[in-house]
Amino acid sequence: MILRAGLFLALTALPLHAETIVAGLSQNIVSITSDFTGSEILVYGAVKRDRPSPGDAPLEVVITVQGPSTPVVVRKKERRFGIWMNTESARISSAPSFYAIASSAPLTEAMSETENLRHEVTIPRAIRAVGIAASVTDAPRFLDALMRLRTAEERYSLQEDTVDLIEETLFRTDIRLPANLTAGNYRVRFFITREGQIIDAHEQVIYVEKAGLERWLYNLAHQQPLIYGLLALFLAVAAGWGASAAFSLLRR
Amino acid sequence: MQLYLPIAELSVNAVALLGLGGIVGVLSGMFGVGGGFIITPLLFFLGIPPAVAVATGANLVVASSVSGVLAQLKRKAVDFRMGGVLLAGGLIGSAAGIWVFSLLTKLGQVDLFVQLSYVVFLGLIGAMMLKESLGALRRARTPGAPIRRAHVHYWVHKLPLKMKFRASGLYISVIPPMLVGASVGFLAAIMGVGGGFIMVPAMIYLLGMPTKVVIGTSLFQIIFVTAFTTVMHAVTSQTVDIVLALLLILGGVVGAQIGARIGVRLRAEQLRILLALMVLAVCLRIALDLLLTPDELYSLAPGVLP
Repeated sequence: MILRAGLFLALTALPLHAETIVAGLSQNIVSITSDFTGSEILVYGAVKRDRPSPGDAPLEVVITVQGPSTPVVVRKKERRFGIWMNTESARISSAPSFYAIASSAPLTEAMSETENLRHEVTIPRAIRAVGIAASVTDAPRFLDALMRLRTAEERYSLQEDTVDLIEETLFRTDIRLPANLTAGNYRVRFFITREGQIIDAHEQVIYVEKAGLERWLYNLAHQQPLIYGLLALFLAVAAGWGASAAFSLLRR
Repeated sequence: MQLYLPIAELSVNAVALLGLGGIVGVLSGMFGVGGGFIITPLLFFLGIPPAVAVATGANLVVASSVSGVLAQLKRKAVDFRMGGVLLAGGLIGSAAGIWVFSLLTKLGQVDLFVQLSYVVFLGLIGAMMLKESLGALRRARTPGAPIRRAHVHYWVHKLPLKMKFRASGLYISVIPPMLVGASVGFLAAIMGVGGGFIMVPAMIYLLGMPTKVVIGTSLFQIIFVTAFTTVMHAVTSQTVDIVLALLLILGGVVGAQIGARIGVRLRAEQLRILLALMVLAVCLRIALDLLLTPDELYSLAPGVLP
C-alpha cells in the first residue's frame, strides 16, 4: 500500500516535464570545400510524451541556428564637402555571423516576450550592443542597419510558419546555410512552447569547417604567413614566366 | 562554375574571374601598367572584402609584370640601373604605405582615402597625358613644325649625386628617381596597385626617359615593389587569397602576352591616348561613386574588442 502510494507520488511529481524534445540534424558537420555553394540542413525531431497531451493550448516549435559571434563596426556615410564619407560609427561588441529562426507559428504567438528575453531567441536579442548608445546618438538605426545588411547577405533570417508540425508530435524544417559561411560551431536550439511558455528546450551543434585544400591554405595563411606569402609569390612568378615561355614557343 | 575562396570566405564565379584577369593582362602588356587600378575596384564590386582585394591585387600584378617584363627584355627595353634606383625608393614608400593603410583601416576612412587618391591621381595624369599626346600627334601630322626636344633641362638636372643611365641615355641625379619611386611605392601599397599608371608618366615627363625603355623599366620595378607588398600583406593581415590570385593570374598572364604583341603594332602616341582615355574613364566612375547618393548609407566592418 505504502509502495503504491509512493509510486503514485513519483508519477505525479515527474510530469512537470511531461513533453520532451527528441531531435536530429541531417548532418552535424558541414565541410567547406572549393565547390561549396551553401548547404541545406534538415532539422527534425519529435515530442516525446509519457502521458496524453494536455490539448488545451496548441503546441508550437521554435528552432534557432546561430553561428559564431564576432565584434562588428557599423559605419554611416554622410555628405561632407560635397562627397559621401564615413562619419559616425558604432561598435557592436558581439553579433552572430549567422542567425536563422524558424517557427511553427508567428513568433509573437509561439513565444512570449519574457521567454524571448530569457533565452535570447530573436535576432535583436542575440546581438550584444552594450554601450552603443554612448558612441552614437541614434543607436537603434545602427542596429537596424546591421540587421538589414546581414539579412541581405542571407546571414540573418526569420522564417515564421516554416516548421511543419504533425499531430503536435513530429516536426521538421530546412535551414539554408549560405555560401559566405564563417567556420565555427553553429548552435542549434529547439524550443517547444504552449501559450508562449517554454515547456522544453534542447541544444545541438553543427560543426562548420573548411576541408581539403581550402583548409590547408587557410591554416597555412594563419599559422605560417611568411611561407604562405612566399608561396603566393612563387606561384605568381612561375605563372608569369611559364606564360612567357609558352608564348615564345608558340611563335617559333 | 562557382568556386569557394578560402581567405575571402565567399563563393565566386571562376569564369568571370578568369576573364577579368585576361582583360587586365592585355592592358598590362600593352601599356606597361600592372592593371591594378582596374582590378582592385572591380574586385570591390564583386564583393571581395577591400583588404583581400588590395593584397591579392598586388600578388596578381607580380605575375602579369613578370610575364610583361620578359616580353620587354627581348626588345632590350629595360634600364636595370634606373629600375634599381626606382626600386630602392619604392620599397621605402611601400613600407610606409602599408603602415598608413592599417592606420586608416582602423579609422574607417580607408575606402574614402583610396577613392580620393584614385580620383586625384587618375584625373591629373589622364588629363596631362591626353593633352601631351594629342599635341604630339598634331605636330607629327603638320610637317615643318618645330621639333620638341627629347627632354628639357631644368632644376631636376642640377641636383648632386649624378649617375649615368646608359640604356635611357640620361646623366641625372639619383634623387628625383628615388623620390618618384618612393611616392609611387607609397601610393601602390595604399591603392592596391602596382603604380605603373603613375610611374610611366613620371618617367617620361619628370625624368625625361625615352618612351621605349619606360614600359620595360616600370614593369621591372613593379615586380619587386608588388612582391614586397604581397608578402607584407600576407604576414601582417593574412589577406592574400591564393585561389583568387591564381584564377586572375591564369587569365592575366595569357592576356599580358597578347597585350605586348598588340602594343608593338600601335604607335606610341596612339598608345598614350588610349591609356589616357582609360585612366580618365576609371577616374570618372570612381568620382561618381563619391558624389552620388549611395543606396545604402551604412556599412559593416569586422571589429576588434576594446
